[in-house]
Amino acid sequence: MRPSGALVGVAPFFVYTTVFLLIPTIVVVVGAFADGSGRPTLDNVAALGGANSSFLPALQHSVVLSLVTALAGAVIGAVLAYAVSTARPDGLLKRFITSLCGVLAQFGGVALAFAFMATFSIQGFLTVWLNSLGLDTGSSIWLYQWDKGLMLVYLYFQIPLMLIVFLPAVEGIKPQWREATETLGGTTWTYWTKVAGPILLPSFIGATLLLFTNAFSAYATAAALISQASPIVPLQIAGTFTSEVILGQENVGKAMALAMVVVVALVMWVYAALDKRASRWLVR
Amino acid sequence: MTATPSPAASRGTEVRLTDLTRVYAGNVRALDGFTLHIAPGEFVALLGPSGCGKTTALRLLAGLEDADGGTIEVGGRDVTNVPTSKRDMGMVFQAYSLFPHMTARQNVEFGLQLRKQDKATRHGRAADMLDLVGLSKQADRYAHQMSGGQQQRVALARALAIEPQVLLLDEPLSALDAKVRSQLRDEIRRIQLEVGTTTLFVTHDQEEALAVADRVGVMNAGRLEQLASPAQLYKNPATPFVADFVGLTNRLHCRVAGGVAQVLGGAVPLLAGSAGDGLAIVLVRPEGVTIAPVGSGGSGGAGGAAATVVSASFLGASGKIVARLESSEGVGDLVSVQVDNTDVTAYAPGQRVLLAPRGDAALAVSAT
Ligand SMILES: Nc1ncnc2c1ncn2[C@@H]1O[C@H](COP(=O)(O)OP(=O)(O)O)[C@@H](O)[C@H]1O
Ligand SMILES: [Mg+2]
Repeated sequence: MRPSGALVGVAPFFVYTTVFLLIPTIVVVVGAFADGSGRPTLDNVAALGGANSSFLPALQHSVVLSLVTALAGAVIGAVLAYAVSTARPDGLLKRFITSLCGVLAQFGGVALAFAFMATFSIQGFLTVWLNSLGLDTGSSIWLYQWDKGLMLVYLYFQIPLMLIVFLPAVEGIKPQWREATETLGGTTWTYWTKVAGPILLPSFIGATLLLFTNAFSAYATAAALISQASPIVPLQIAGTFTSEVILGQENVGKAMALAMVVVVALVMWVYAALDKRASRWLVR
Repeated sequence: MTATPSPAASRGTEVRLTDLTRVYAGNVRALDGFTLHIAPGEFVALLGPSGCGKTTALRLLAGLEDADGGTIEVGGRDVTNVPTSKRDMGMVFQAYSLFPHMTARQNVEFGLQLRKQDKATRHGRAADMLDLVGLSKQADRYAHQMSGGQQQRVALARALAIEPQVLLLDEPLSALDAKVRSQLRDEIRRIQLEVGTTTLFVTHDQEEALAVADRVGVMNAGRLEQLASPAQLYKNPATPFVADFVGLTNRLHCRVAGGVAQVLGGAVPLLAGSAGDGLAIVLVRPEGVTIAPVGSGGSGGAGGAAATVVSASFLGASGKIVARLESSEGVGDLVSVQVDNTDVTAYAPGQRVLLAPRGDAALAVSAT
């Protein structure tokens, strides 16, 4: 049988997913259950839950950090997306904001982390200036804590990302829907609760889950801001490759990565279930 | 101004739009002293070129835009400052107005739900409405599972379900293909006669307007130029704009004397409002011109103007011959002539013919 022509077209896609998705996943899964010399073992996984292991708290921090910044980022980003959608469609302002958000969503975190340190840290100019005025600014430790400074910095890229991924959904809202609601006797409240809200909800939840995985896997921003401890999982994984204390235990890092894969898989499963419900009426 | 009462007049609501003005940013006067009176149960079509203010007039009546001047009365009540949600208007938009997350039935029930009707009543009414538009079998479909024509039917059912004071349609057929368009057009008329709701239908398509409405209002630059029955509008255009916009017309140079225009070697009686004695341009419909092959001795015997056939086309029920005048009588020198469909084959491009006026009354405008 001749090879189907359709397969030729999707070949690059398969090569891409194999190289960047399949192979790393196999390396992680296999490595998580192997010791230094390649023999199968459960030690790596067991080490994660060990009494003096800092992995479980880090996993908890990662999940909470991702959840909070995903929810806050989604709500704020959605409101901003709506505001942007009401601007003139071809206007300069709108083009500027969407381009800016494109950049911020990718690089905003790291840049802001440095800006934060330059401003608020012990040697930061704001702190130094306030001190010179005789004002005690207190400790600037909050800046480096995962549930304060880090959360704030994460929002800096979560909000622009939400704006970008949610804007198409908001712009798909037809003005006729509001006008039809009004002529049928509905108020603004009716419109938002019975028409626009339900129509936007699947996209909103999908985008929120995307924000969750985005924060969950983010590394660079946290690495730029935090150098002393490893309060979240991506920093811990990096630690297993550089730390001398647990030398020879890189495969523990793979076990941690596997735990992350499991969390993300759970999120994708929730997303797929939701998507199935909405696809009854969604047009693709 | 008296309207032809429609069969369902007793059930409809009267609408009076008086001296409406609407000015948009940039000093665009979308409506400029627009006055329209619609009799109870009447079906009025607003016809005019794009940008003349048709949609604005409709949206003002629905309350979706505010008037900068003038009054809106519905059923004897001044609603100029009443919000849309309290006006009881049934609106059908050009396209994409169905709520995509609701089935056809849920869309139709939406307005009834807002009116706090109980489930059984809602179901019954929605079923009746879907039946009226011929979509009982599609009740559980979502918008994307229906054709454009079916979506517009559901939109119509949704608008009528609330028993609106007035039914408003803004170019509801313009996004559909030709066949569905004329089918749905006739069906809208049938349904309107059945429910008897006062209706305002906006379109830029003259054929559509003439086919559905009791009366047609021709709009130009934010004002109503003429409001008359389709037949009156066609035979008795009040202004050159109306004559030009409604139906295809030939513009021919002529000499006016005593209310008669001399053109194409014949005489055309002129309508009231025509230009006075002297040189003028007369607007003659394609069916107001006769054609005969040279040498056949036809064309009313009195000769006519010599011309050469440019094209002969078969249009189904009728045929159209376009000919180039040999004299300089024509403005742009091409003349369209309507003929019986059986006569189309008698003419071929290049053939010499004689054109003459049939003698129907026409409008003449000053040549300058
Ligand atoms: N929201 C608006 N802002 C500014 N100008 C408008 C707006 N809506 C309509 N216009 C202008 O008002 C005029 C009439 O528009 P419209 O009523 O939509 O015309 P029609 O429906 O006959 O095509 C046009 O010149 C149009 O450009
Ligand atoms: Mg319009």
